[in-house]
Amino acid sequence: MLDVRHCATLAEAAGIVSGDRQAVLLGGGTLVMRDVNEGRLTEGTLLRVTDPVFRRIEAGGGRIELGAGVTMGMILANRDLAFLHAAARAIGGPAVRNMASVGGNLFAASPYGDFTVALLALDAQVVVQAGFGSGRAVPLEEFLAARERSGPALVTAVQFSRPSNPGEFHFRKISRVRPKGISVLSIAAHLPQSGGRMAQVRVAYGAMAPTPIRARGVERALEGKSLDAGAIQMAKQAALEGCRPATDAIASEWYRREVLPVHLGRLLAGDGR
Amino acid sequence: MAKIPVQFRLNGSDRAAFVDAPETLLNTLRRGLGDFAPKYGCGQGACGVCTVLIDGEPHLSCLTLSVACEGKRIETASGMADGPDLHPLQAQFMEHFAAQCGFCTPGMLTVARALLDRNPNPTRDEVIEAISGNICRCTGYEPIVAAILAAAGSPGMRRSEGGRHA
Repeated sequence: MLDVRHCATLAEAAGIVSGDRQAVLLGGGTLVMRDVNEGRLTEGTLLRVTDPVFRRIEAGGGRIELGAGVTMGMILANRDLAFLHAAARAIGGPAVRNMASVGGNLFAASPYGDFTVALLALDAQVVVQAGFGSGRAVPLEEFLAARERSGPALVTAVQFSRPSNPGEFHFRKISRVRPKGISVLSIAAHLPQSGGRMAQVRVAYGAMAPTPIRARGVERALEGKSLDAGAIQMAKQAALEGCRPATDAIASEWYRREVLPVHLGRLLAGDGR
Repeated sequence: MAKIPVQFRLNGSDRAAFVDAPETLLNTLRRGLGDFAPKYGCGQGACGVCTVLIDGEPHLSCLTLSVACEGKRIETASGMADGPDLHPLQAQFMEHFAAQCGFCTPGMLTVARALLDRNPNPTRDEVIEAISGNICRCTGYEPIVAAILAAAGSPGMRRSEGGRHA
């Protein structure tokens, strides 16, 4: 039998999760309720968190914190988060965006989870709370690598630094259907310029591996260079390093490998296609 | 397991139901309250046919718990007409032959209504974006887009507050 518990605080929810392995946090419902409707989730407890902190956005300063329950629609309504609007708009249609949460997106199986790709290129940290203690921040890349085998803990928020120049943050989702379609792949890139050269480059892909991944080869190819045709060519040559894309209903592994360097090149060249 | 009482405002009327803890809003509307406008399509958030407005914003009722709707304002396509007078969107859907099999129509009307409430004069691209979460396998979408644009320009459009048009 499936039960629902309402938790007034995140600490209460984290306490339940640590003691009950069948407890599942319900964010927006776009992942968990699918399992309920499909009959894959019939036992246990759905936790519904009503703590305002769970849906709080702190975006006034240089350090940004998004509660795990913040929806894509809330991000789109926040002017301080304009640099994230392209990534938030990439998630579903308007109704899904009013429900789908930042925390839930961290658990979306490939080829979903496009917002997490943007967070990865921002070097985000995930705040994880186990039991009644305070949360600890885990690098997102580390979190994703351990996602399937993580112990009983609750994601309460994500944190990242605001790009000093929003124009240096880029995101694009490649899908076969416009304006809404499931990802063939997605790319996010943060390309900070310092004295005409790129420094602290972060590039991330979605749907190119079982979880969103950092494009280390591309980052190395661009670091310290000016963003010119030569650097873009080197980045394209390194584009597929570390990629293990799946063949699914949206695209084959071969197709994803073929088109990734093309779309990466267009993103880096500022080509709007 | 004991039933849980839930109260919300449905299309301008106060309604109450006893629900199971994991019951979806869609099931409560259809089985409990007899509102058959929102439908069960994919159950996965992909088709949009179960879309309702919760406090004025589109939500997928098949992925929403009824117990999370306590005190909310729910609006469905059932509340759009004023007696025999159709809502301008419904009239334009008829005029443009935007409903063929009709299965997607309540969801399409609901997201279109949310769009026009927020943006009375949308562009064609904004209409396409607004219905992007709703699948239609009959019309090819063009008649639906045309109907929404025509309704936006028609007299009698007004906010959906209370579920009635002027």
